[in-house]
Amino acid sequence: MAKHWCLLVEDSPTMRQLIIFALKRIPGLEIVEASDGVDALKKLPGQKFDIMLTDINMPVMDGLKLISLMKNNPNYKDIPVVVITTEGGKEDRERGMALGAKSYITKPVQTTNLLKVVKEIVPGL
Amino acid sequence: MAGKKEKSAYAEFVIEAEELLESMGDRLTALEKDAEEGNVDPGMVNDFFRSMHTLKGLSGMLGLKNVSDLSHGLENLMDMLRMGKIDFRHGAMDALFSGVEILSRLVARVGAAGSEEGIDISAELRRIRQAMEEKAEGDRDVTLENVGLDQRILETLTEYEEHRLLDNLRRNNSLYRVEAHFPFASFDRELHEISEKLRSQGEIISTLPSSDESSPETISFDLVVGSAKTRKQIARSLGKRKGVTLHAVECGGTPPPAAAPASREPPERAAAEAGYESMTLKSLSQTVRVDIRKLDNLMNIVGELVINRTSISQISQELLVLRGFTGLAVDLSKGARNLERNLRQLQQAVIGSRMVPIGQVFSRLNRVVRKLSQDFGKKVELTVHGEETELDKLMVEDLADPLLHLVRNSFDHGLEAPAERKKLGKPEVGSIELRAEQRGNHIIIEIEDDGRGIDVEKIRKIAVDKGLLEEGHSADEQSVLNFLFLPAFSTKEKASQMSGRGVGLDVVKTNVARLGGMIDVETELGVGTRLTITLPITLAIIQALLVEVGDEHFAIPLNSILESNRIYKGQIKTVEKREVIHLRDRTLPLLRLADIFRIGGSRAANSDKLYVVVVGLAEKRLGLVVDSLQGQQEVVIKSLGEVFEGVTGVAGATELGDKKAILVLDVGALIEEATHGS
Repeated sequence: MAKHWCLLVEDSPTMRQLIIFALKRIPGLEIVEASDGVDALKKLPGQKFDIMLTDINMPVMDGLKLISLMKNNPNYKDIPVVVITTEGGKEDRERGMALGAKSYITKPVQTTNLLKVVKEIVPGL
Repeated sequence: MAGKKEKSAYAEFVIEAEELLESMGDRLTALEKDAEEGNVDPGMVNDFFRSMHTLKGLSGMLGLKNVSDLSHGLENLMDMLRMGKIDFRHGAMDALFSGVEILSRLVARVGAAGSEEGIDISAELRRIRQAMEEKAEGDRDVTLENVGLDQRILETLTEYEEHRLLDNLRRNNSLYRVEAHFPFASFDRELHEISEKLRSQGEIISTLPSSDESSPETISFDLVVGSAKTRKQIARSLGKRKGVTLHAVECGGTPPPAAAPASREPPERAAAEAGYESMTLKSLSQTVRVDIRKLDNLMNIVGELVINRTSISQISQELLVLRGFTGLAVDLSKGARNLERNLRQLQQAVIGSRMVPIGQVFSRLNRVVRKLSQDFGKKVELTVHGEETELDKLMVEDLADPLLHLVRNSFDHGLEAPAERKKLGKPEVGSIELRAEQRGNHIIIEIEDDGRGIDVEKIRKIAVDKGLLEEGHSADEQSVLNFLFLPAFSTKEKASQMSGRGVGLDVVKTNVARLGGMIDVETELGVGTRLTITLPITLAIIQALLVEVGDEHFAIPLNSILESNRIYKGQIKTVEKREVIHLRDRTLPLLRLADIFRIGGSRAANSDKLYVVVVGLAEKRLGLVVDSLQGQQEVVIKSLGEVFEGVTGVAGATELGDKKAILVLDVGALIEEATHGS
């Protein structure tokens, strides 16, 4: 089975673990972790990603800047982006969608919802 | 439904939550100081907000309702603060301080009991709601309409960044845009460098990356900076850098002077291309979290190696004796020495990985003192020195409570009320100093206050009243002060008020003794009190002194040994049927190991000269009489198991190189035996 790659950008290690634990239920999905926007920039060229899940509020570089770079770079502009925000982060979530994010998930992340969104976006999973 | 996965998620949560709360607590103290000076660092406020945000997200996912509700409330409060909707006033600061405190307790409870029940947060939530009603004073209205920034930059601003941009305009700060082109291989480092430089000059409002398909080896950034400084000052601070250009941004008011490049050269092509090869999926982070139990295991393995090394050294010694200094024997001896050196390095590295700075505890104390000062209206300044001093992680945790106790004692009983201090001609603000430093294999922690000191004569009187001391007994000051550490002394309300000390000092002593530490008290009436705690750096592998009694050998932990002396039989006196000697200005009780362990054939029994090893634990001292000293050695303490449970005076056993097991003495128990036993 062909592998699919997911870049998960989130600054809280525990939150990353919880999301990865949920994503592990999808066979064939490989996950690369990044701890903030700059870390994600380092990792983007290293793999052809099929989806990126990103938090918005992060130190060093936030999710909006990361999405903006991706949408302006032909190499990355087709990677579908899913924004992870809290319910309260409506404003930032809308800004993310305006920049070209494909979908969003709210924290606390519901496993079924997460899996549904990821499967909808990545064909072949 | 606490399955295995959930339990481990709880453990992860507790680790991260503790780290977050710790760093928030640190920031709060600084934040309060800055707020008083009207000079709050927005970056710090935003970090605080983000930490709270993370905590809320995590606890929500684990269904920890109280943590989640409280952190949500505090997140909202922080959000209003960072957005300038309310000011840093007392209400907000108090809500933050006590909120963080309660959160820490909740998290500790989750860690210990797996549940957060039993801690009420409704008062906190009310406090937060009230603080959120303290609206900020109205600000002059500004808009982003005439700001000369590219649409691409403006549309990626978060709500918070937008607010910061407007706030900078309100303060009539200038805006700058720094355009930077970095080679891919090194952009993270270079970005970090110029960010640090810019932060020293003002506030970085936004960092927007861009990359171009035609040159994938380069990555570009636009940094928007708000600053009160001139373009020239900022350019000077940036220095000459390849690929970095500084632009002034029009703010809608008077046009700023035209941009002049700090440097306009493109990034070096060759270097950039070389860097492209080194693209990586590796993490940027340089730290790894490790369960302390894994480190314990590593420590045990190193311990076993230490034992094996000793046995190889002994074989090598014997071979040298048998064969003389010839080929194989010399080679083995060299090899053994190298092994010994490497092993020591390994051991130090493993111990080093368990070390954390004691500042973690100090900053908690800082918060406690602040709260006490507020609640009781006593002004006090807590100064700390040596917070970077490192100690075994487990020990740092076990130290937190004893130190808290001692600081509370200084505050409650040591420091006088402001009015009384004034009358005495002391500065109104009392002082408590915390100091930590490493001396050899020990850590020394001192807690010193400039309060009323301890009245030694009063304690002497109470001791006599209680029958602990004979009337007219000439016990020295140190011995008298040691009564403070007796449980009987601590619990009496009256005693504690009269002596000005003594609340729960017995508990402190027990805790410190469990860590193999000692406590000393120095005091001067009317001037202040200093408590000194001496601790070993780590507990698992220890340096020990090997001694001989009859045909038996014992190991005495070096960290509880103060000195060893050779004395004459004639120096021994008998007081209350016990042997003592006078060593300098102290009366030192003696204990003959041969008697305790019923060993026959001890030479010390009849000899004119004998060896005394002076040991100490917490505030007590004892002289152990032995036949001879056999030298110093590293030993690994092993538990003796159930068979030896209940045998007094033995902490465990250790193997020497020759695979012979010897007993390691439990100094604390021996002291207890000598001072209380019949």
